Amino acid sequence: MRPEEGTIQSRARAIQALLELIPGDAPVIICNGFPSRETFKLGDRPTYFYMVGSMGMAAAIGLGLALAKPDKKVIVLDGDGNVLMGLGTLGTVGALKPKNFIHVVLDNEVYGSSGNQPSYARVVKLDQVAKAAGYAQVERVREREDLVYEFKDMLSKEGPGFLLVKVSEQAEDVGWVPLDPPQITQRFKQALA
Amino acid sequence: MRDSARPTDEAVSSIGPVVGKRMIESDAFVQALEDIGFDFFTGVPDLLLAGIVETLLTRRLYTPAVREDEAAALASGAYLGGKVPAVLMSNAGLGTCLNTLLSLHQLYRHPCLLIVAWRGFEGRDAPEHRTMGQAMTSLLDTVRIPHRTLSETTALEDFSWVAKTFMQERVPVALLLKPGVVRGLQP
Ligand SMILES: Cc1ncc(C[n+]2csc(CCOP(=O)(O)OP(=O)(O)O)c2C)c(N)n1
Ligand SMILES: [Mg+2]
Repeated sequence: MRPEEGTIQSRARAIQALLELIPGDAPVIICNGFPSRETFKLGDRPTYFYMVGSMGMAAAIGLGLALAKPDKKVIVLDGDGNVLMGLGTLGTVGALKPKNFIHVVLDNEVYGSSGNQPSYARVVKLDQVAKAAGYAQVERVREREDLVYEFKDMLSKEGPGFLLVKVSEQAEDVGWVPLDPPQITQRFKQALA
Repeated sequence: MRDSARPTDEAVSSIGPVVGKRMIESDAFVQALEDIGFDFFTGVPDLLLAGIVETLLTRRLYTPAVREDEAAALASGAYLGGKVPAVLMSNAGLGTCLNTLLSLHQLYRHPCLLIVAWRGFEGRDAPEHRTMGQAMTSLLDTVRIPHRTLSETTALEDFSWVAKTFMQERVPVALLLKPGVVRGLQP
């Protein structure tokens, strides 16, 4: 799974493929670190909520939103380190079973944003954890074509869905998300209203 | 925030009849919050909150969380989706969710009512609550979370303070519950 092992796509390439498939009106919650910063660089939308702090909480924010807005398909773009930190939320999602919730985990098996320290995702199979927790759809993908196929499939089915995307450690040259957090809130709420 | 859901001063009068009684019934407590406009309740229970949580569960208003930081983040997502959220927790849970309150709610201006059970109040509680019981109010001051302690005799003012502060500041505000103020299982 490490970059030196070959064909695996980078996190940014996986994010790009996902952004191309996400419907324009779908709210997206993105975890802190590189996932948010790369998403912003690839294409900003008011329906993107960039979470810069509160590591581990992206899925819980998405879940709260999915419960409040059952008519909106809520998508969370998460990291393996983030998921391991907020692991209990997989249980909450599995128990509440929101049909309109898709949890995508960009799994590079490291804490990429803090210097590529190894995470336990190397040994802990997060897709199996999600399945045991009660997610309705669970898939694990590596190749871009599989990612596109499975994500499309999840968009069309009832959730909660969990898509584990194996990615490399490679990171883009990206700066901080240059938006003021209260402005992120305001435009997100406006776009959703 | 849907402006129709703005907390109002007038709405809180339903807490009126309980003022002066020995203890606030959990039904009246929940009703007062609903009257203000709160419509999303989550949290992690504490013995002091058992009556309130039971009322919320009976009324199907409560979404249980597994940790207080998760509860706070659920509230934040619900706020983004147009709800007016409240989170129940013990002050032990306040420690658990502090980073989320500061780096999510305060930073992004997501209002949220924290209903916090004051364990370790005046040192009369189990030893694990001692330090937080003593430090809680100065901790809240330090991290700039407005707070107020509910009492049976000032409940009306306490609830209108919640309604005002919550929306004006758009930050988490804490309503502290000492033992014996709202009826429940007492530790
Ligand atoms: C509570 C907390 N602990 C640690 C950090 C430092 N930190 C920021 S991002 C990050 C790594 C995130 O890892 P992952 O979710 O796997 O995303 P990746 O960067 O690998 O894509 C860490 C440890 C933080 N911001 N907050
Ligand atoms: Mg990672």
